[in-house]
Amino acid sequence: MASKNNIGQRRLVVGAHYGVKDWLAQRVTAIVMVIYTLILLGTFLTAQNFTYEGWAALFSRQWFKLFSLVTFLGLYYHVWVGVRDIWMDYVKNAGIKLALQFATVLWLLACAAWTVQILWSV
Amino acid sequence: MSEAVKEATKKGRPEFRNIHITDITTKYKMPPSAIVSILHRISGFGIFLMLPFLLYLLQESLRSEISYYHFGGIVDNAFTKIILLGLIWAYAHHFTAGVRHLFMDNHMALDKDAAQKTARWVLVVSLVLTALCGLKLFGVF
Repeated sequence: MASKNNIGQRRLVVGAHYGVKDWLAQRVTAIVMVIYTLILLGTFLTAQNFTYEGWAALFSRQWFKLFSLVTFLGLYYHVWVGVRDIWMDYVKNAGIKLALQFATVLWLLACAAWTVQILWSV
Repeated sequence: MSEAVKEATKKGRPEFRNIHITDITTKYKMPPSAIVSILHRISGFGIFLMLPFLLYLLQESLRSEISYYHFGGIVDNAFTKIILLGLIWAYAHHFTAGVRHLFMDNHMALDKDAAQKTARWVLVVSLVLTALCGLKLFGVF
């Protein structure tokens, strides 16, 4: 057994074990997004007249910027797990699958950088 | 592989591969849970593809007072509103179906009848949420 897995002392390259981390991360990020959504949805549905001042004031608070950033980063990780599942389920060709996964990571990294810029522009 | 197994393979035993999309759409009955499941995937993928558009809207709504009016102009367009309504439905569906998932992860409503019942509720609640946000979006209340 040990001779077959000589990539490190504790590392096994096979087994369902490796999916647990992503599965759990998808759930944890989902809960963060639920809380964030309920706050924003409440703000949106109860707002009487939308003004820039009110909207920007919410996002100008440091705690809300950080909460937004954490939620968005969680969202991107959540998206990574979900979209990777889609590529793994439907794309049979290993080369195309790898290219799509690579493109997804780049796409999400770009979105994350843009999110930082947006949140700290107000 | 033993000889007996090799012989059996040669006789052309039926092979059961993954179900093809045409089997699902024509032969199989889709229970509410199956509809919720595939819509969960489609809605998630749709939001993923539209992320740059949504980030662009967020940027325009926040950057300055001038960009806020620009944002208002984009959102006022009927075509944009239809796209936004579609995205709101996608979010509402993904959200409610996700909450259902979280309950099922904790071993709630796992039996056949309960699972179909909650799946129907997901379809209803997501449409109600979409209607609520849609009415707000079109300025009804």
